[in-house]
Amino acid sequence: MPGQLNLQFPSPDNLHVILAGSWLLTEGPPSLGDIAQQLQSRSDICRISFDSKAVTQWDSGLLTFLARVYQLAGKHKIDIDPGGLPDGARRMMSLATAVPPREGTGKRGEKPSIIEHIGLKSLSMWRAAPEMLHFLGEVTLSFGRLFRGTAQFRRSDLMLIIEDVGPHALPIVSLISFLVGLIVAYMAAVQLAQFGAQIYIANLVSLGMTREMGALMTGIIMAGRTGAAFAAQLGTMQVNEEIDAFRTLGVNPIDFLVLPRMLALVLMMPLLVLYSGIVGITAGMFVSVTTFDISTFEYYQQTVRSMEWSHIWVGVIKGTVYGMLVAFAGCLRGMQCGRSAQAVGEATTSAVVTSILLIVIAASLLTILFQQLGI
Amino acid sequence: MEATAVLHKTDPDDHITVDDLTMAYGDFLIQRDLNFTIRRGDIFIIMGGSGCGKSTLLRHLIGLKAPARGRVLFDGISYWESPPAEQKRIKQGFGMSFQSGALWSSLTLAENIALPLGEYTDLTPADIAEVVSLKLSLVGLAGFEEFYPSEISGGMQKRAALARAMALDPEILFFDEPSAGLDPISSRRLDDLILELRDSLGTTIVVVTHELASIFNIGNNSVFLDPETRTMITSGDPKTLRDESPDPGVRRFLNRGEI
Repeated sequence: MPGQLNLQFPSPDNLHVILAGSWLLTEGPPSLGDIAQQLQSRSDICRISFDSKAVTQWDSGLLTFLARVYQLAGKHKIDIDPGGLPDGARRMMSLATAVPPREGTGKRGEKPSIIEHIGLKSLSMWRAAPEMLHFLGEVTLSFGRLFRGTAQFRRSDLMLIIEDVGPHALPIVSLISFLVGLIVAYMAAVQLAQFGAQIYIANLVSLGMTREMGALMTGIIMAGRTGAAFAAQLGTMQVNEEIDAFRTLGVNPIDFLVLPRMLALVLMMPLLVLYSGIVGITAGMFVSVTTFDISTFEYYQQTVRSMEWSHIWVGVIKGTVYGMLVAFAGCLRGMQCGRSAQAVGEATTSAVVTSILLIVIAASLLTILFQQLGI
Repeated sequence: MEATAVLHKTDPDDHITVDDLTMAYGDFLIQRDLNFTIRRGDIFIIMGGSGCGKSTLLRHLIGLKAPARGRVLFDGISYWESPPAEQKRIKQGFGMSFQSGALWSSLTLAENIALPLGEYTDLTPADIAEVVSLKLSLVGLAGFEEFYPSEISGGMQKRAALARAMALDPEILFFDEPSAGLDPISSRRLDDLILELRDSLGTTIVVVTHELASIFNIGNNSVFLDPETRTMITSGDPKTLRDESPDPGVRRFLNRGEI
């Protein structure tokens, strides 16, 4: 039998609530029914008492109902006499009312209006810029300490990170570079075939891969692979207070955590870019030889003839800059991470987005710069 | 595996029976030959030195890890020999308060507690909101509904986790180190709350703890695990064990090393 309630008035100022049946949460807490109405209409009530002899079973369902009655009574300034309640329920209710609700937490139902929202977002973006500069400054100082030999970090950490960002990235860099080389070769072939000039596939592939695509693709792979990993590692350390532990020990977390990561990427990126160029050119050769009837030797000759050292240097410089940006964005977002699993996810996403954004900006600037310099 | 649950003969008052349980991670033995019974309405303490496998035992009891050998019976039904539907039904009677709270960080406290209510009851959102407020006020956190776990202190997270564990009025509540990181007054309040839950709702409670004050204050039954021999030394009322256990290691543990 689900919970039932009956109201009686032994005296005009006393509301007597008779509870019966089973009061279980699964049956849904019964509504206050007439109680609210009675309290509203009869202002002379100043006491609520209970009779629960006929209650067969109860759990949080009864307690939720009682919490409503207590709240209502509080609003009408009416005394509650819990004497007639089941023993356990009486004790639970006194426990529930022992600590008054925290007032003024400023958390209830305040949704900022759209204009307020835009304002808050703009302000937080405005504040993000100096934070980024501040971090850049700290990293620069840390590099200064590195050159003076006073930066504290473990060489073995550096080696592990180098292993992770360099050799372990080779399979994915190979795959992507090969496919990009293939695409460039095919695209070039379609156009060049109109003039019977397929041999120039070699020029286009070697120039494209060494100067632009190798660096760009490697940079983007690193942003997704390594930048995200850096942000997640540092973010989780932030959650576990590990970074605070470094600070407490007087170890600069920038030196210990950020510096080796930056160094590792700066050291590995040029090599990865060179490697990516070689793989891309090989892919071009593969296409030319198998589909367009150019011999391996011809392709090789044409590639060597078209190559200049400056193309290689430009690609390597670009790649190194991208590497620095990826490490910078990954570490920045990791160090800025909040203290929850949610925040680690946000930091990781933000690291990848920031890295790619910075890479694209840098790519444009560097291309213009090299163009102007005539390199 | 048989399609229906296997019912073993146990006393109707026996809520959880651990039968010849051996726990291991691969070849690494944690504890072997555990035999004890938790009766309905017991406050059962799992104790022992650091690293003896207390938390692992708890993970076996709540069905997170399968035993290497032996059985865990709930009301005579062997958990690991039951079909998945039966396991799910048994699990619905559990509430667990994890060592570091394990509140879902992307949800507010109210949403954390509302989640099990929304999954397993037919209550309306308005009713759920009231049950949530009640549960939070029971652990002294009334008014904190809209806070995220990262915005409150560690002790408060612990209490909020307890509120979530209590959400469905479970038959069995499990606690992993409930008072670690709480101040003495909060810790005492939590003990009182645990006692109250047992007395009022008849909940069976299983606690992993080293806190001696807590052990004697609330526990009426216990098991003592030994890290060296990798098995249980004894079980029973901790107060009796403190004074009368034939094993000096147990007496030393329960007297803070002073015998």
